[in-house]
Amino acid sequence: MNYKTSLNLRWLLLMAWRDSRRNRSRLLLFISSIVLGIAALVAIYSLGDNVRMDIDRQAAGLIGADLEISTNKPVEPQMKGLLDSLGDKRSEELYFASMVYFPKSQGTRLVQVRALKGEFPYYGSLETTPAAAGKSFRTRQAALVDKTLMLQYKAQVGDSVKVGNISFVIAGTLLKAPGQTGLSTSVAPAVYIPLAYLEQTGLSQKGSRINYKFYYKYNRPVDIQQLVKTLEPRLDKEGFNYNTVENQKENTGRSFTDLTNFLSLVGFIALLLGCIGVASSIHIYIKEKVGSIAILRCLGVKAMQAFLIFLIQIVGIGCIGSIIGAALGTLVQQFLPLVLKDFIAVEITTAVSWSAIAAGIVLGIFISLLFALLPLVSLRKISPLNTLRVSLNETDISRDKAKWIIYGLILLFIVFFTYLQLGEWLPTFFFTGGILIAFFILTGMAMLLMWLVRKFFPSSWSYLWRQGLSNLYRPNNQTIILIVSIGLGTFFICTLFSVQSILLNRITFSASGNQPNMVLFDIQSGQKDQVANLAKQYRLPILQQVPVVNMRLEQINGRTAATISNTDSNSRRGVFTREYRVTYRDALTASEKITEGKWHGKTEGATGTAYISIEQGWARRQKIQIGDTMVFNVQGAMVPTIVGSFREVDWNRIQTNFLVVFPTGILEEAPQFHVLLTRVASDEASARFQQAMVQQLPNVSIIDLGLVLKTLDDILEKIGFVIRFMAAFSIITGLVVLIASVLISKYQRIQESVLLRTLGASRRQILVITALEYFFLGALASLTGILLSLAGSWALAKYTFKTVFVVQPLPLVVVFVLICLLTVAIGLMNSRGVLKRSPLEVLRGEG
Amino acid sequence: MDTILNIQNVSKTYQSAGRTLTVLDNINFSVEAGSTMSIVGPSGSGKTTLLGLCAGLDRSSAGMVELHNIKLDGLNEDERAQVRNQYVGFIFQSFQLMPTLTALENVMVPLELRGERKIKHIALDLLDKVGLADRGHHYPSQLSGGEQQRVSLARAFSNKPRILFADEPTGSLDAETSEKVIELMFGLNKEAGTTLILVTHDADLASKTQRIIRIKGGKVISDERTTREN
Repeated sequence: MNYKTSLNLRWLLLMAWRDSRRNRSRLLLFISSIVLGIAALVAIYSLGDNVRMDIDRQAAGLIGADLEISTNKPVEPQMKGLLDSLGDKRSEELYFASMVYFPKSQGTRLVQVRALKGEFPYYGSLETTPAAAGKSFRTRQAALVDKTLMLQYKAQVGDSVKVGNISFVIAGTLLKAPGQTGLSTSVAPAVYIPLAYLEQTGLSQKGSRINYKFYYKYNRPVDIQQLVKTLEPRLDKEGFNYNTVENQKENTGRSFTDLTNFLSLVGFIALLLGCIGVASSIHIYIKEKVGSIAILRCLGVKAMQAFLIFLIQIVGIGCIGSIIGAALGTLVQQFLPLVLKDFIAVEITTAVSWSAIAAGIVLGIFISLLFALLPLVSLRKISPLNTLRVSLNETDISRDKAKWIIYGLILLFIVFFTYLQLGEWLPTFFFTGGILIAFFILTGMAMLLMWLVRKFFPSSWSYLWRQGLSNLYRPNNQTIILIVSIGLGTFFICTLFSVQSILLNRITFSASGNQPNMVLFDIQSGQKDQVANLAKQYRLPILQQVPVVNMRLEQINGRTAATISNTDSNSRRGVFTREYRVTYRDALTASEKITEGKWHGKTEGATGTAYISIEQGWARRQKIQIGDTMVFNVQGAMVPTIVGSFREVDWNRIQTNFLVVFPTGILEEAPQFHVLLTRVASDEASARFQQAMVQQLPNVSIIDLGLVLKTLDDILEKIGFVIRFMAAFSIITGLVVLIASVLISKYQRIQESVLLRTLGASRRQILVITALEYFFLGALASLTGILLSLAGSWALAKYTFKTVFVVQPLPLVVVFVLICLLTVAIGLMNSRGVLKRSPLEVLRGEG
Repeated sequence: MDTILNIQNVSKTYQSAGRTLTVLDNINFSVEAGSTMSIVGPSGSGKTTLLGLCAGLDRSSAGMVELHNIKLDGLNEDERAQVRNQYVGFIFQSFQLMPTLTALENVMVPLELRGERKIKHIALDLLDKVGLADRGHHYPSQLSGGEQQRVSLARAFSNKPRILFADEPTGSLDAETSEKVIELMFGLNKEAGTTLILVTHDADLASKTQRIIRIKGGKVISDERTTREN
C-alpha cells in the first residue's frame, strides 16, 4: 500500500470553504482584532508615502530659496564680498529673541524677532491674513505677528506692537512661514519687521545675540550642491553654515521618518495586541473543533490535511480582515494631517497609497497566520479516538516543540519588523525587550490576580457576586488576554498623563521656595546696574547675576576640526562647529560640585594659564581628560586653556548652568552679555516688572516660569494628542478583543444561563451576574494598567527626571471608572442573545 | 474464508497517577471476512478500547493487530488514517457527523478524500437507500437523531469498506428508531458483503450477529457463535 498520497489541495480548499460556512461571522470577529492594528499601520505608511512626495514637491518652499547661508556673528567685510556675489536675487534676515510689548492689552512676551530685507521667500510665501500683508509690511513701519501671539494678546490687524524702541503697526497675522511647524511657533512665535527699521529698535547693539541669514535665488539653472561644495571650506573657516533645498529635503525627510517610525511602532503594538486576541480566539475555536477534526481523522484525513483545512480558513479570513483594515487605514489617513500638522513643515496631501495598502494586507495575512499557528499546531495532535471518548479532548500540547518554534518565529518577526522601522539594532532590542517585559508583567499580573481571586475567594458574598467573580477563571475564559490588551492601553494613557504632570511639576517644584523663577538675559555690560536697580525698585531679589561670553572651540590637544574630520565621529566633529556660551567666576555655585581635578577660580601664574572646569557628562562623552589643552576662539581672539576640573551640575534648577566655566581674570574684556536671575511673587508683579523692563530696556529678554510652563504644556499637549490618538488604537483593539471573546463564548454562556434559568434564576439575576463579571474584568484590567503606570511613572520621576512623584488620583479614578463602564456596556450589549434565548431552544441543541 | 482482522496477544495499558492501568489484557481472536460479530461487556470492561485498537484509531501497548493483512502496529497515525479511509467504515453512538457539512457532503467526504470524482450520485444513492434522498442539503442540527444515524450509515458505506465498526449504534436512539437503523445497517451490510463488528450493551442487538465476544475487566471471558446466518 502506498501511503505517500498527495495532500489533495482542491479538496482542502473545498473543505475549508464548507467548514467556514457556518462560522464565517465568528471567524470575521476573530480577525476584527487585527483590523485596527492594520488600519493604524496603513494610515501611517500612507501618510509616509504622501509626505515623502510632499517634501519632494514642496522642498524649495521649506527654505524658501535655492540657497541659505547663516551665521551668528556680524559679517566681516571679506565675507561680505562673497555673500554679495552669490545668487541672482538676494534677501537678508536678522533674527533674535527679544521682548515685544502689546500696548492695547499691555502684554509682554519673549518672541523671535525676524528683520527681513528682500523678496524672501522666493518659493512658497509668508501666509498671512490679510493675504497681501506678507508683502506689504516690508515697505513701511509694519509687522507680521504670529497667530498664537495675536490670539494670546487679543491683538487685531491695525493695532500696534512695540519692538525695542519703536512701535510697528500690525499689518497682518502670520499663519505660516517657510519651514515653520506648529511646534516651533509654540516655542518661539515670530514677529516679522522690515530690516530697515531694525536700527531704530535699538536691539542690534554690539554683543546682541543676533543670527544672520542670507537667502539666494538663481534665475538660471545652477548646480547648487556643486556650488556649496566649492564654498564649503571658506564658509566652514569663517563659521558660516549653509542649507540647500537638497539638505532641507534630507533633514525634513529624516525627522519625519523618525516620527512615522515611532508612530508605526505604536500602531504595531496595537497590531500585536490584536494578534494575541486572534490567537486566543482561535484557540477556543479549535477547541470546539476537536470533535469535527477527530471525525475527519477517523475517516482517513491526515494530520497535515486537517491542519491545512483550518490554516486555509485563517489565511482567507486574515486576507479579508487585512483588506478591511487597509480600507479603514486609508480612511483614517485623511484625519492624520489634523493630528500631525504641528510636527510637519509641509502641506500634507492624503492620496491613496497602494504600496501602503499592499504592505498592510501582506503584513496582516502574515501576522494573523503566524499567531494563529500557535493554536493551529495543536490540531496535529488531535487523535481520532476523540470520536469514541470525549474525555480525550484535552490533548496535552504544552510539550509540543512546534509551539516553541512558533514562539521563536514570532519573536524573530517582532525584532525584524522593529528593525525595519528603526534601522538600528540597539533600539530594536530595547523596543522588543520592552514589549516582552510589558507583556510578561501584564500576563504575570493577570495570572496573579486570577490566583488571588481563587485563593481568597469571598465565599461569604452573595451568590450573584460569587458567580460573576468565578467567571473570571472558568474554562475558556479570556481574562488574561483582556487584562493584557486593555491593561496595556490604560498603561499608555496613564503613563502619558503622569509624564506630562511630572514634567510640569518638576518645573514648578524647581522654582518653589526661594529658587529663581524669572531669568533676564541679553543684558549689555553697560545696562547691568540699571537692570539691578529696576529689580530693586520692584523689590525683586537679585539671586544670581552672571556674564556670558560666546565662543567656539578651535583645538583640543592640538587637533582641529580639519585634522579630525575624516577620522572621527560626527559628535566629535560637532564639538568644533557648535557655539559655546561660557561664564567666568571665582567660585562654584550651589548647583555644582567638583568630581575630579582641582577648581581654579583665578587665572594663575605669570603667563596667566587659564584652568577651566568642564561638566563631567560632556567631558566623558567627548573623551576629554584632566590636563587636556583646549583653545577657544572668542570673537577672533585665541584663548588657550587647560582642563583643570570636572563638575557635576544639577541641571534641574532654573538657573544658569554652563558646560564650560572659565576662571576670572581673562574674559572680563571680551564681548559679553549678562544674565540676571530673580524671583517674583505673583503673575501680576511679573507682568508689571516685565512692562517696565520692556519700556526702559527693550533689548533685555525675560523668561518667566509662567511662560516656560505654558510653552511646555503646549508642546506636551501637542505630543500627547498624537500619542493618545495612537494609544486609542490599542484601547479600541482591547475592546474589539473583548467583543470577540464575549461572542466566542456565547454558546457556552447560553447553556449556563439557560441551566440557571431552568433552575429558577430570573432574567435580572442573569443580567447582574453578567454585568458583575464584566465589571470585574474591566476593573482588573484597568487596575493592572494603572498600577503598572504608577510604577513606571515613579521610576521615571525618580531615575530619569530626578524629582518627587506625586500621585494625582482624580484622573486615574476617571480612567478606571470609564474603562469599567465601557467594559460592562460592551459585555452586556453582546450578551443580549444569551438573555433572550429560550431554555427549550438550547436544551434541544439548536443554540 | 479469509481473515479480515487478526488480534494476537493484544494488551493496552495507561499510565495514571504513577500507576499502570491495564485496560486490555492479552486479547486474542480473529474475524472472518464478511462475518458479523459483536463485542459485549459491562461499562469499563474495555470494549470501546478494543474497538479503537481493531479499527486502527489507537495503538496497542503489546501484541499485534492485523487488518486486511496490514499490520497496524508498525504504522504511524497518518498511515493508519489511510488504511481507515481505504478499508474501514464507522458508525458511532453519537453519530459524529460534521456539523458544518450538509448530509450529502458528510456522505461524500470519505470518497473525496480518496480523490474520487463524480461521486455525488453515489452519495445520493446511499442517502436514498437510507430514506433521506430529500434531506441531502440539511445540516446535522436540522435532522433528528434517527436521521443523523442514517446519514452516518450512508457515510460508513460510501467508501465500500471491507470492515464496518459500530460503537453502540443505537445507544442514543429510541426503540422504534433503533429498530429501523438496525434493519438498515444489517441490510446494507449484507448487500455490500462487509464485515461488521459491533460494540453494544444491547443483548438483542448482539444476538443478531453471528458471533459474540464477551469481555470483562479487560479479558475475553467468552467467545460464542450464534445460530444466526449472515
